[in-house]
Order: sequence, then structure tokens, then C-alpha cells
Amino acid sequence: MSILAILEQRGGAWNRMSFETLAAAQQIARELNTTAGAAVLGQGIDALAAELAGKQLEKVYAVEHDLLKDYTPDAYSAALRQLLERVRPLVGLFPHTYQVRDFLPKLATSLGKVAVSDAIAHRVDGGALVLVRQLFQGKVNADVRFAGDGPHFASLQAGAYRADQLAAGSAAVEKFAPQIAPGDVRTKPLDLFRESQRAVDLGAAEIIVSVGRGIKEADNIPLVEKLAKALGAELAASRPICDAGWLPMERQVGSSGQTVAPKMYMAVGISGAIQHLVGMKGSRVVVAINKDPNAPIFEVADYGIVGDLFQVVPELVAEIEKSKGS
Amino acid sequence: MKIIVAIKQVPARDSQLRIAPAGKWIEESDLAYEINEPDAYALEAGLQLKEKHGGEVVALCAGPARAAQTIREALAKGADRAIHVEEDMGALDPLAGARLLAAAVRGESADLVLTGLQSDDLGYGQTGVILAELLGLPHATIIMEVEASAGGVRVKRELEDGWFQHVDMPLPALLTIQSGISKLRYATLMGIKKAKTKEIRRVTAADLKVEAAPASIVLERVHLPERTKRTQLFEGSPKQAAAQLVEKLKFEARVI
Repeated sequence: MSILAILEQRGGAWNRMSFETLAAAQQIARELNTTAGAAVLGQGIDALAAELAGKQLEKVYAVEHDLLKDYTPDAYSAALRQLLERVRPLVGLFPHTYQVRDFLPKLATSLGKVAVSDAIAHRVDGGALVLVRQLFQGKVNADVRFAGDGPHFASLQAGAYRADQLAAGSAAVEKFAPQIAPGDVRTKPLDLFRESQRAVDLGAAEIIVSVGRGIKEADNIPLVEKLAKALGAELAASRPICDAGWLPMERQVGSSGQTVAPKMYMAVGISGAIQHLVGMKGSRVVVAINKDPNAPIFEVADYGIVGDLFQVVPELVAEIEKSKGS
Repeated sequence: MKIIVAIKQVPARDSQLRIAPAGKWIEESDLAYEINEPDAYALEAGLQLKEKHGGEVVALCAGPARAAQTIREALAKGADRAIHVEEDMGALDPLAGARLLAAAVRGESADLVLTGLQSDDLGYGQTGVILAELLGLPHATIIMEVEASAGGVRVKRELEDGWFQHVDMPLPALLTIQSGISKLRYATLMGIKKAKTKEIRRVTAADLKVEAAPASIVLERVHLPERTKRTQLFEGSPKQAAAQLVEKLKFEARVI
């Protein structure tokens, strides 16, 4: 097997990006004329492995150990090193989740490799895999190739591949029991918790007006509140705005906030860092207002105005009110 | 508590980037540089820990001569001394970069090594974790809070979708710090003045006896992204642009 998708679950539930990675593994394997397999780590994961057995894969590895019940970078890296030794794939593919970011560089380093993290696309060139990833907050793309012998490693950005293109089939499940001793695990994870009940469900909003750093200071927030009111929209924000306390955390869109896909997403003064884009790029219509014509937000925008939001937004409010009045 | 904070100098956030003629990297000659913003939060976290527990903050930076400016700013904000690995980093992969950093701090026996979450230039988001592995330290990433506890630290990790988790870990350890968790301090006049007398140890890869290892990934080409969508841009005065946009939203996209 040459492409091994290493999937993520927590407490028996899949991370939603796992099946995107699985679909990518199938697609890349087809293009390289080879086969794909999948692995899931944890404890009590029979049902998850059985679900994978219904996909078009050469084999499914259920990597089980008591010390894999709660995630730790030490146990995960140890288990995966042993699995890779057994399976010997050319490429290990991972979803670019917070957890993968936590252990994949450690795993790759222990094998003298560098993972191509947060890849957004691939192509096969001369029989070899070339991955595309973003530099400079999405302003520049880079084509990256692997060198030397496998295993190579890559993680895939949320939304870069489509889970609905996953091919069904049948695969055998092989149980794999790694050797991990309690003394190998240096950190002790405690229970997960959430800090606030979410009063705002941005996921249900049809129109979202979202504000970013371009708004400059808290006193300017009413400007975008007026715009949201004129459109009948929910107000959201990029991370820096919520970090500064100008809007509550529950209004944050992006990888550490909510993922939204409204009918219209209007980004005001948001440059469009990757972490923000993954939270909103599924929106049907994206409108961007930004002074920087090269801001990555314009990559995903259907409509845009390059200009000073302090001049554009009041005019926009007036035009919307005029249009609704007529 | 002896704390090492790894910082990187990157092109300023609002830089207009151009691809260099060979297509392997960006044109660097006319750029302004600043501290990688996530690293500024790591430095702030380090300085706050020192204020609370005493000890020393050492700024660690790998980069060409121009990185000295970023190092001086870190010293002005309150770092006690600095180590400058004077090498051109450019598009060096994160393992190669971390090897230099690891070699520079191996003899320091720090209690904590802090880094930002990721760099705003290459954006691999890996240097901290790689450095931990090279130094043989336990690590935790995307950290919001650090509290001293019996025999080590208790840290608060951010997970996805609004979840958090505390993790207990022994010292020494490496943490990557979440951005935006505190207000960044400015350098005071006194700080700027004091910085001039603080020690900066300058070393090169040769001094550290770090030899280039065969790379496992090769950056083949950099290019400006192709637009996946055709964006209709509206021009003219703000009023004209706003009117055109509303017209389109109403009659073409039909969303208002």
C-alpha cells in the first residue's frame, strides 16, 4: 500500500475532516496507480473500523491501546511509528486538525522527515506527488515535492478535499496493538471543557456581516452593526476582534470559532487569513470590502470593493436602506 | 524560571509581495520586516511568567543580520539577553531551522521553551514541536494559560470548536503559545535604553557545528495563487461602488 490515511476520532466520533482526508487518499492513490489504506487510533474503536471497512481501501488498521484512549503526543507518535514500520506506506496523509498539528511534526522529526503541513491541493507530475501549500498568510502558494525514501507526511487543510467523493467498497480490518508503556507518556491530559454556552448560533444565520482588524478600534464597531441591521444579518468577527474583547468570542468565525455557510457572507476589513477562510468559505455568496487589493479574502469573494471601509460602509448602508425602501 | 522564547523576523503583514525571478522565493530586497506576530505573544507570555516567578527570559532568533532589529525590540520589551543564530533562513524547511535553534540552546538548560503558534511567512506551524523533539522535551501546543504546579506546569490548551483542555506536564517543557491571549506590551524608553547594554550572543551554523542534512521536502516553485473565483470588483467613488454592489446583490445574487 502506498497511501495511508490516518484519521482522527475523539470518544468514538469522527473529526469531520477525517473523511476529506480519506477521499484525498483514494484520489491520490488512483492517480499514482497504487492503493490506499486507512488507520484509526484509540480504544474501543471497533465500530469506527467497521465503518471504514465499507470504503474502497486495501486495508483498515485499527490501532488500539489503553494509552490511546485520551490523546497524548507521546503515545500517538509511538503508536504511529510502529504502525508505519509495519505498513511502510509511501505517504501518510492526515487531516490538518489541531491534534495533528500537535503530534505530526514530532512523528516526522523522529524519522528525520518534514511533514508538508496544511496542503490545499496536489498534482501528479512525472509519477511523483507535488503538494501545494500556502505561504505568507495565503498571499503566495508553494509547490512542494518529497525527496528521498518514504514514509513522507502531509496534512490537508479543512475543505481542500470533498468527503462526498469518497468511494464505497470493502476492506479487511487488521488490528494493530502497539507497544507503549505508561512511562513513555510524559504529559497528563485532563478533561475537555467549554467555557461559555453559545447564545448565538451563527450557523443558522442566512446573512452574516463579519468584521476584522480593518475596523481599527472598538469605538468603530457600531458602524458594522448598522450594516448588519440594514441587511437583517448576524454580526460576526475574525479572531483578533474577539481576542480584543470588542465582540464576544461566540461571534468568532474560523478554525477556532464557528464554521458557517450562510447565503451571504460580507467580510468587512478582514484580510482572510487561512484560519478565517476555513470557517466561511462554504458560504454561497461572499462579499469583501478591504483596502488591500491583494488580501486573500478576494480569492474567495464573488463581489468586492477595494476601498476604505470607513467611507464604503456608510454608503452601503444608505444604498441598502434605499433599495429596501423602494 | 529560565525561559527561552524563540522569535522570528518576517515580512511586515501588509507587505506587497512579488515573486523573485527564479520563482523559488519572494523578492526580499524592498520589504519591511517585523516580529512574527504569534512570536510576540510567546514573548509576552514569557515576560509575564518571569514577572510572576522570577528568573530569566532569553530571546532566541535565527535570521540574517537584519534580524538584529527584532532582537533589540525583544530586549527593549524586557528579555534579559539574546542568542542570534546569524543565518539566512529564507525558505529553509522547519526541521533545518529547528536544528539550528536546538543547537544554539542545548547548553542553556532552560525550564521552559516558548514559541509562537506558527510563522506568518512559511506558516508550517511546526518549528516549536520539532524543537521539542530535537531537545527531547515534552510539549503542548496552542496554549492559552500556564500555571506553575507541583513538579511542573498545568497548561490550558485550545482545541477546535470552542473546546479546551488542561494538561499537566513536567519541566523542562516546550509550549507553543496561542496568539491574542494577552495585550502585548510596548517597549518603554527605559527599556530601549537598557536594551543597548544587554548581551546578544551571535553564532553561526558553523559555530554550532550544524551541517546541512539532506532535505526530505523540496520547495520547487512559489507562485501567486490563481483565483478560484472571479471576483467582480466595483470601482468609482465609495457611493458609486456601494450602489453597484447593492444592485448586484439584489438582482444577480438575489441575496437581499
